[in-house]
Amino acid sequence: MKLIVKVILIALLAYILQMFLPWWAIAISSFVVNAIIHTKAGSSFLAGFLGVFVLWFIAAWRIDAKTDSLLTQKMAELFFVNEPLLLILITAFIGGLVGGLAGLAGSTLKGATSRRRKDRYYG
Amino acid sequence: MRIFKFILTLGLTIAAIYGLNTKFGQFPPFGKLLDPYGGFWQNAESDFSAPETINLSGLTANVEVVYDSALIPHIYAENNADLYFAQGYVAASLRLWQLEFQTYAAAGRLTEIVGVGPNGVVLDLDRTARRQGLVFGAENSMKKMLENPLIKEMVEGYAAGVNAYIESLSYADFPLEYKILDYAPEEWTTLKTGLLLSYMSNTLNRSEKDLQNTNFLKLHGLEMLDLIYPDNESQEDAVVVEPGAWDFDPITIDSIPLALPDELITNDLVPSPDPNNGSNNWAVSGTKSESGYPILAGDPHLDLSLPSIWLTMQLNAPGINTMGAALLGTPGIIIGFNDSIAWTVTNAQRDLVDWYKIEFQDESRDRYLLDGIWVPTQKNIEEFKIKGAESYYDTIVYTHWGPVVYDKNFRPGSEKSSYAMRWTAHDESEELRAFYGLNTANNFDDYMAALNYFSAPGQNFAFASVGGDIAMRVQGKYPVRRMNEGRFLLDGSKSSNGWQAFIPNEHHAFTKNPARNYVSSANQHPVDSTYPYYVTASSYPNFRNRRINMVLDSLDQVTVQDMMDLQNDNYNLTAADVLPYLLDTLQSQDFNQEQLAIFNALRRWDYYNNPESEAASFFEEWWDTLYIMIWDEIRNSNRQGVRLQYPTDFSTIRLLKDSVALSFFDNKSTDRIENAIDIINMSFIEAVEDISEWKHKNGEKVRWADYNNTTIAHLSRSIPPFGRQVETGGNHGIVNATTRGNGPSWRMIVSLEKPKIRAWGVYPGGQSGNPGSPYYDNMVDMWANGQYLQLIFVNSPEQVVNPLLKQNLEPSN
Repeated sequence: MKLIVKVILIALLAYILQMFLPWWAIAISSFVVNAIIHTKAGSSFLAGFLGVFVLWFIAAWRIDAKTDSLLTQKMAELFFVNEPLLLILITAFIGGLVGGLAGLAGSTLKGATSRRRKDRYYG
Repeated sequence: MRIFKFILTLGLTIAAIYGLNTKFGQFPPFGKLLDPYGGFWQNAESDFSAPETINLSGLTANVEVVYDSALIPHIYAENNADLYFAQGYVAASLRLWQLEFQTYAAAGRLTEIVGVGPNGVVLDLDRTARRQGLVFGAENSMKKMLENPLIKEMVEGYAAGVNAYIESLSYADFPLEYKILDYAPEEWTTLKTGLLLSYMSNTLNRSEKDLQNTNFLKLHGLEMLDLIYPDNESQEDAVVVEPGAWDFDPITIDSIPLALPDELITNDLVPSPDPNNGSNNWAVSGTKSESGYPILAGDPHLDLSLPSIWLTMQLNAPGINTMGAALLGTPGIIIGFNDSIAWTVTNAQRDLVDWYKIEFQDESRDRYLLDGIWVPTQKNIEEFKIKGAESYYDTIVYTHWGPVVYDKNFRPGSEKSSYAMRWTAHDESEELRAFYGLNTANNFDDYMAALNYFSAPGQNFAFASVGGDIAMRVQGKYPVRRMNEGRFLLDGSKSSNGWQAFIPNEHHAFTKNPARNYVSSANQHPVDSTYPYYVTASSYPNFRNRRINMVLDSLDQVTVQDMMDLQNDNYNLTAADVLPYLLDTLQSQDFNQEQLAIFNALRRWDYYNNPESEAASFFEEWWDTLYIMIWDEIRNSNRQGVRLQYPTDFSTIRLLKDSVALSFFDNKSTDRIENAIDIINMSFIEAVEDISEWKHKNGEKVRWADYNNTTIAHLSRSIPPFGRQVETGGNHGIVNATTRGNGPSWRMIVSLEKPKIRAWGVYPGGQSGNPGSPYYDNMVDMWANGQYLQLIFVNSPEQVVNPLLKQNLEPSN
């Protein structure tokens, strides 16, 4: 349940941030959401990955459908995959990867900061 | 431990972002490029879209831009400054990447975009552009042009319009090529307009063979040189044939005869421009047309590329209403028409480049010998910024003659000699005044006055007017030459070896309303043999001109459709000239089945290089095989580093027929000595083998369209999916001059009717420069099928039927 909520939040926040920021805003979104809603490392990565993957997949797929793959086909040939759907998947995967890594980083933030606080208490 | 985890994962994330945001060698920045909200996806279009109202600072009044159904913009402005501002804005919005890229090529700055390239080819290209003085010429021309207030307004307005567009862009809006190559557009300057003109001069007016001739002279002597590369080849069907009618006193230069050089040049010479760059144009008078009004037709042949070299547009403001093909980077229309007249150009080649051997005083190259004195050189240190690497520096030495192109540092020969280049394109000039004059001309006199400002690249300007005049004028800056001057390397230590004068405008060949009721040109020799100036060039083709004249002579009651048919004519006059002779020469009695089949197909052939023709493929393969077998001496010499020029097809045919025992017919790879007859037979056998091999790979049917395999490549020549193949006939030497990668880059026909001019046009591309737009290549098939678009030419924006978009450009405060 937590995972689904996070996926939706990450996708939503990334969508909003991308209106103002370059593509790496997806990392910010995943980082922030995973820093606030804490889960285990694997789950955090997955949430980041899926959040951005879904967002980018839908965005790319919609453009591809609307333009009858005119450009997607050419770009797919340029990337030696020759298949528009494959290029959409690669796009989503690359975004997902960055989202996943940022999610992982976000999830370790809590531990890192709380540990520091602890150190100060007992140190 | 936890903080370590955090730093590790955060570092990993940042590294991934950095890696996906950066171009590595040939690999684009994947993250940035694939991002659906900013990357290439944002360049995908299903139709044309742009804002309907745009506020632009720099405009003085509203400008209306109407894009018609072919995405041709019709620009209506209230004054000249706004008109050219809008032209720059619209050109940039349709073709920004191309607009910039072409000037990077002319300025020798491609390494900034793509690095030095494999084996340093891109750096070599850049150094060549700078050493040949393309920037030098652009600076000289722009300095002169900006002195004229009218031209200044045009060029600066255009620049402001381009910049207004560039400033409006965010990364997501960048043309696709910027995203793939990972760079950003920079500010447009007036110099870039000059660079574009230099680029055109380099494409059209740099052909010469002085150094190759020098080698040939040393190896084979002047008599053989004159036989193989005659200066006066085919003057019977010249651009202007008016024997004895040259009623002026030519400028004569009475000085010492030229000393012919005795030198072997071993430099790896810079390749000449594609010899297939050429064009056709003609105009028929009302006496010869069905409508009673003149018809003008033109098609310039250039490297085929996407985006296309031309952009079609209409420009309308008080005092100007013109339409046609514009070049990206120059204000105005280059080939087109207005309410009263139409004009179109073909390349008017002549030898406009000379080479001078320079003797430096010492290694420092601070001084060189000129008229017995050591005079100072000027040295320019050129910086080549290289993407992802340290800058490269090259010192270019300028002399009285121009830049030293070949020296110890650049494509050196075994002697390490220095050769300086003198080229008309280095000089100041005012082409934009000529184009503005043509754009606004009302009649023949205006046309003649406009052309007086035109220097380079020299062109044959065909003209027709609603008033009923037709004309052809050969116009350019042509030096007055002594016999043989410019054919060979010259001694750079004597200023008397330089150009003493230029042919005055009123001495250029021209003809108005000739008795044959038409004018035509196709890059052939400009004048008949009575013209009083010495004319020499790299070569003059002599097939398209004869075919065009043959057809025009045969026609009466000419219609627009006749002109379309002629522009798409696939009749192979080269074949008609030589094939009957070749076939008669074959010893066919011993032929095997395959040889016999091809022999019979050629016998039955009608000489048309139509897409379906197999015989056309057989002939072209045989002719190419024969040609290389004949000139194997030239190929071998080139391979050994002593550059020679290949003779023309026309010369080759003449020699095959008239000089059967010429020493060149001996094939050097055999023990015996061959003559023309032997080599014709040998080449046929070899050609049949090559065709069998092709069939083995590609299938039984050897259609000419498949064999020729015309490809329109992306302008970068490095993104194959952005180019495309096309089904077409024709070839070099044919009116439809479509070769594998070169061909008619714009076909235009104008019927100069009252009350309203009608015009048709098409080019192998589309108005949009965006590979993700349906308008990127939507005219290609039309063009290949010989179809045309009737051009909408109306006086007000409301009259444009079925517009795709009406756009208001408004001044912002």
